[in-house]
Amino acid sequence: MYTQAMDIPEGNKAPLQSIEQGTASADFDARCAQGDFIEAKDWMPEQYRKTLVRQISQHAHSEIVGMLPEGNWVTRAPSLKRKAILLAKIQDEGGHGLYLYAAAETLGTSRDEMIEALHSGRAKYSSIFNYPTPTWADIGVIGWLVDGAAIMNQVPLCRCSYGPYARAMIRICREESFHQRQGFDLLHAMMQGTEAQRAMVQEAVNRWWWPVLMMFGPEDKDSQHSEQSAKWGIKRLSNDELRQKFVDAIVEQARVLGVTLPDPDLKWNAEHGHHDFGAINWQEFWNVVNGHGPLNKERLAARVQAWDDGAWVREAALAHANKQATRSVAA
Amino acid sequence: MSTRNEWPLWEVFIRSRAGLDHKHCGSVHAPDGALALQAARDVYTRRQEGVSIWVVRADQIIASDPGQKAELFDPMEDKVYRHPTFYQLPDDVNHI
Ligand SMILES: [Fe+2]
Ligand SMILES: [Fe+2]
Repeated sequence: MYTQAMDIPEGNKAPLQSIEQGTASADFDARCAQGDFIEAKDWMPEQYRKTLVRQISQHAHSEIVGMLPEGNWVTRAPSLKRKAILLAKIQDEGGHGLYLYAAAETLGTSRDEMIEALHSGRAKYSSIFNYPTPTWADIGVIGWLVDGAAIMNQVPLCRCSYGPYARAMIRICREESFHQRQGFDLLHAMMQGTEAQRAMVQEAVNRWWWPVLMMFGPEDKDSQHSEQSAKWGIKRLSNDELRQKFVDAIVEQARVLGVTLPDPDLKWNAEHGHHDFGAINWQEFWNVVNGHGPLNKERLAARVQAWDDGAWVREAALAHANKQATRSVAA
Repeated sequence: MSTRNEWPLWEVFIRSRAGLDHKHCGSVHAPDGALALQAARDVYTRRQEGVSIWVVRADQIIASDPGQKAELFDPMEDKVYRHPTFYQLPDDVNHI
C-alpha cells in the first residue's frame, strides 16, 4: 500500500527493556487491546513510536510523490472541466501529505528530517508512483484503481490506535471518495466514446492492474512487522485480506465499465465466496521498491528539484518574518 | 538542508459555521501568522469546512501533563451531585 515498504526488514531489533518499562509497556498493550486511543504526549514504547514515524512518513511521501504522475496531465486535460477536477484532486493529495507529515511530527520527528529522508532515498514511498502516465486514460485509471486501492487500506486506519494518525485518516478518507469517483467517471465517459478511446482505456487498465495489486505489499507469508502492528492497532487488516477485498470489489466495477481485467485466472470461487486471481510477479515488485522501476529516478529528481527551487522562497519568507518581529519589538 | 531553517509550527482551529466553537483540526508550518492563516485556509478548508480560522504558534500552547490525568480529572468522578439527574423531585415539578 502507500506504506508497503513497512514490510521490508529494517535490521534493528527491539532493545532490551528495564522492569519499569516492562510494566508501562504491558499497560500500553492493554490500552491498545481495549481500543483506547494513544495521544502524542502519552507514554509509548520506543518501537511503537519508531514504527509509526516510519509508517506515517512513508504514507505522507506517497501522497506527495503521487501528485507527480497526475501533474503530468494538468496542462493537457481534454476540457476545462476535467482540468479543474484534476487540479482539485492533486491539491487534495498535497493536503493529504501535509496532514500526515503533521501527524508524524507529533511523534517527535521534524518535517525537514522526513523530507531529507525522502530526498536521500532512505525513505520509501508507494511503488505505484514509479509507473508512467503516457495517456489520458491513465489519469482515470489512477483515480479508479490506485485511489480505490488506497481507500481499501485507509478506511481501517481511521481506527488506528494513534489518535493524530487516525484523525488524519478520517479527513483523508472523506476526500478520497471523490478521487475514485472522478476516475471512474472519466473512464466511463471515454467508454461511451470512439473505438480508439475504448482501446485506450483497456490498454491503460492492462498496464496498471498488476502494479495496483502489488500496492497492497508482499503476501502475508512474506511480510514482516504485521503481527506486532496488528497487536498495537496500527494495521488492522493483512495485505492479503485487503488485496482480496479489493479484487472482489473491482470485478463488478470493471464489468459495468466494460473493460477486461488482464488476468486469465481471475474467476469467482463459489466455495470460498471470493474471486481467485493469478500469481503476482513479485520480482517486478521488489525491483520497483528497490529503486529500479520505470521512473524511480525521475520522480525523486522532480521532488528534489521542486524543493531546491523553492529554497529561496522559504528563506525569504523566514527572513521577512524575522525582520517584522524585530521591528515590532523595537516599536 | 538544515532543521534550523524549518518554518515554525502553528496549530489550526476552525469554526465550521456561525454559532459553533472553533475546533482544533491540524497544524501547518509557516514563517508568520499571516502565511499560517493562508496555509490553513488552503490545507483545511478546500470544501467550505469553515467560516473562521484561528492559528496559534504551537510552542505557545500550555498543555496539561497526560501523566497527571488521574490526579486532575478523577476527583470529579464521585461528584454526581453536580449533575441535575442526581435530584429526584416530586413528580409535579420533576420537569424542572
Ligand atoms: Fe490521498
Ligand atoms: Fe487520492
